[in-house]
Amino acid sequence: MNSSILSLLIFLPVMGAIGMLIIAFLGKQGLMKTENKDIYKYVALVVTGVQMLLAFFLYANFDPTLPVTQSPFTVQFDWIPSFNIEYYIGVDGLSMPMVILAALLSFLCILISWNVEKHVLGYFSLFLLLDAGMMGVFLSLDFFLFYIFWEVMLLPMYFLIGMWGGPQRHYAAIKFFLYTLFGSVFMLLGMLALYFYAPGGNSFNLIHLITQAPQIDASLWGFDMRFLIWIALFIGFAIKVPVFPFHTWLPLAHVEAPTAISVILAGVLLKMGTYGFLRISYPLLPEEAVNFSFMMALLGVINIIWGALNAIAQIDLKKMIAYSSVSHMGYVLLGMSGIVGTESAGAQAGMNGAVMQMFNHGTITAMLFTLVGVLYDQAHHRWIVYPMDYKDPELAGKLGFGGLASKLPVFNGFIILAFFAGLGLPALSGFISEAMCFIGGFGSFRVLTIIGTLGILLNAIYFLRAYQRIFLGPFNEKYSDLKDMSLRDMAVIIPLAFLTLLFGVYPQPLLEIMRHSMTKLILLVQPFI
Amino acid sequence: MEYLSNINSLTSYLPELMIVVTILAVFIMESISSYRPLTYITTIVGLIFAGLLLMISSSSTNLLFEGMIINDSLAIFFKWLILLSTLSIVLISRDDESVLDEVKGEYYAMLLIITLGMFAMVSAKNLLMIYLAIEMVSIPSYIIAGISKNDRESNEASLKYVIYGSFASGIMLFGLSFLYGIAGSLDINVVASKLASFDSSLTVYMIIIFILVGFGYKISMVPFHYWTPDVYQGAPITVTAFLSVAPKAAGFAILIRFFYTLFIDNIEMLQWPQLIAVMAALTMTVGNVLALNQTNIKRLLAYSSISHVGFMLVAFSIVSIDSVVSIMFYMFFYIFMNLSAFYMAIYMSNKYGANEIDQWNGIGLKTPLLSFFMVLSLASLAGLPPTSGFVAKVYVLRNLFADSNFLWLGVVAIINTVISLYYYFKIVRAMYFMKNDELVVQNCNPILFWSIIIFSLQNIIFYFYWPNLIESLNMILINTGIF
Repeated sequence: MNSSILSLLIFLPVMGAIGMLIIAFLGKQGLMKTENKDIYKYVALVVTGVQMLLAFFLYANFDPTLPVTQSPFTVQFDWIPSFNIEYYIGVDGLSMPMVILAALLSFLCILISWNVEKHVLGYFSLFLLLDAGMMGVFLSLDFFLFYIFWEVMLLPMYFLIGMWGGPQRHYAAIKFFLYTLFGSVFMLLGMLALYFYAPGGNSFNLIHLITQAPQIDASLWGFDMRFLIWIALFIGFAIKVPVFPFHTWLPLAHVEAPTAISVILAGVLLKMGTYGFLRISYPLLPEEAVNFSFMMALLGVINIIWGALNAIAQIDLKKMIAYSSVSHMGYVLLGMSGIVGTESAGAQAGMNGAVMQMFNHGTITAMLFTLVGVLYDQAHHRWIVYPMDYKDPELAGKLGFGGLASKLPVFNGFIILAFFAGLGLPALSGFISEAMCFIGGFGSFRVLTIIGTLGILLNAIYFLRAYQRIFLGPFNEKYSDLKDMSLRDMAVIIPLAFLTLLFGVYPQPLLEIMRHSMTKLILLVQPFI
Repeated sequence: MEYLSNINSLTSYLPELMIVVTILAVFIMESISSYRPLTYITTIVGLIFAGLLLMISSSSTNLLFEGMIINDSLAIFFKWLILLSTLSIVLISRDDESVLDEVKGEYYAMLLIITLGMFAMVSAKNLLMIYLAIEMVSIPSYIIAGISKNDRESNEASLKYVIYGSFASGIMLFGLSFLYGIAGSLDINVVASKLASFDSSLTVYMIIIFILVGFGYKISMVPFHYWTPDVYQGAPITVTAFLSVAPKAAGFAILIRFFYTLFIDNIEMLQWPQLIAVMAALTMTVGNVLALNQTNIKRLLAYSSISHVGFMLVAFSIVSIDSVVSIMFYMFFYIFMNLSAFYMAIYMSNKYGANEIDQWNGIGLKTPLLSFFMVLSLASLAGLPPTSGFVAKVYVLRNLFADSNFLWLGVVAIINTVISLYYYFKIVRAMYFMKNDELVVQNCNPILFWSIIIFSLQNIIFYFYWPNLIESLNMILINTGIF
């Protein structure tokens, strides 16, 4: 059981997708009743449910103090010997939170997508493939494998945005695809360079490369080879995060994607970028990580401020939340730059804060997108303020909603929680991780961090203003037939809200998983300061 | 290395003889109207027998026909690729509507002659033989490109092809005559030994360029690619499918054999890989950039094939055995992915008259199975993991790092990959995202249907034979004696 659980986590969704195709085939042959498309939804629900239980089981049996090489869950065998590619998967303190996040959000997203009526089979089978890709990325310890899973997600994502998305979905889908592919081909070059230049035999093994890659001694076009590899990997990961100025794909893709896919995009896919930094760039190229940490902090602060400023300017609620993701991922970068802090406490706080922020942003942004989805499904628009060139001139420039708080009390309660978590209110999880990121950043880059703290203020501006415009003020009679949250919506939100509250007051369980891995990472990098 | 006399050579030449017999049989049947429907089956049987004979023919480094050709493992590998592409094209041609029924017999015969010519091309060991083989491929190609006599575009394609082809082969012949002038022999081994001690690099450079005109035209290398889009667009679609794979394979075979025999000893002086590297970058970029705005599927696939040639040339610019392996690996999977994409285009063109991308609108949800495989092929053509196209590209890039002279080429290559994604997914976009309610699903005939599925399945099931394939490719190259 122990040795196959990780493979199951990855391949269970694939099997589910294949199962759906078999059901569809049987249905076509008349051997099974498939007129009611709900069967595909139930298959997806069961598969992701089992996957989530497996992830919890993994968490329950996970010993954070063990290095990944000694963990009972690690699986390693040769896959393509002629190319030295291994099937090497394992879980450590860095990947554990991400696995739980991905499994949890996948399950909840199936619930969110329950309303999908268009091409049900296609939607849910693609979703499961996407799920498999995410798991694969977080569990791979072989770079080649990592890369394959990383790219496997693109195709389902392209279709999910392009077929089930909003009005501009075709453009959003191809833009997302091209941007991410552009990043990942550079990652591919970086990967091959590591494979060739690292001493000790050609290898994609990420654990092996930790000792080998820092010894790379070559130069190209007058640059140090390690520097070039860092840049190549940086482009790949930064586009995914997305780091300013590569962020322009994000608002479009998030806004156009259907609700569940926005949740996955913001909740899991963005984390893959920062996960890539922590899994690959930092341990393999510690010296460059140190040299680049100022850049990281700078970009992080730009992300925080720029994302927040953009969010303030948005009149579309979903787009505002999309930009808030840009801002929140900036905290992760700032926290990561804290690794060069000479005080060990600062480095610890920064790194742990970064990973916690990855997790917490995942849950918070999932709540935000879900709640926007709930509102949009009923109101069919999500304008905070109608644009000036709105097709109905009567409405142009007017408030989109107003006074919903009294009409939708439950919804209002959850949105207050989500918005406040988003703006980093103490006692909610966002605060803890953001504070830790700032502590980490402050230890190394004081001025930048001080500028970065402006982000908290800016975050508060757009969240509170949006809340005020939509939920307070006179009630807009147009929405008198809005219904409050259904049980299914509550089932999605409550676990997320619970985690937000829990880690806001008691972050210890989360911290305990990742602490040891982060300490190891810090010890790897710190000698190069 | 031994010279075999003409009579003794015949035993190693049985597959070709089988094809000759088939050609004659097809011609005779074609002229008798009651036998005409049998030409299809005769061609297939002939090709299958040729395959069986190829299976039992053993590779050797002995030169056949007094040094004209060689039947080594490299030649046999490419013969398999050529035979596979010809057979698969013939199989789907019976119900194809782009070639009229009354000329089907000639069409099969021409395909067979081209195949014979390509067999000679991949095994030629003599300058004269090389020239003859290329002409033997070219002339029937001109004919089948224009085989739709009543179609003006097809005629235009044929004429352009003739003019371009004869010009290119004339220049190549000029280059070959230089070699003869230097060495006093037509045998490329003798030429190679003379060339090794020949010290006018300018002359050799000229020779290389002249010869590249000929070979480059065959594989549509930029800047000798101008015929490609027009011919591909004008020719009947099955012919286009054929021209996009088989002659490319043969062209690369002869390129490998020629360059690795003749210009390897004086590589330090000549630095021809630099030239190839530039050509590769140009070929990829021009192919991809010009493909971006194409709306005609055949034309788009023509440019896509140019860009794939560019990618293989990237591998050719690195002189090493691994690099040749990566060319062969790439070619192997290129044939599958390209043919399966073309098969889908053939289905669309025959059943829906769809030659433009926007005529593909909405097909994705109407024929889910075939469209799924089309997406797989397109993903592979674009080089997305986990398909074979990706692994083939990784192999090519990997060799760049092994040599490290042309790492800039790696950057060009990967940016081209991103560009190519855009136009391949223009097709996907039309298939899935666009709506066309008037589309009535037409049945695909079973041979075409299974061809699409089996060929595009290779893009994903290759994981089962990938290591074995690499190993056997390595063995093939070690056994040829070129390296």
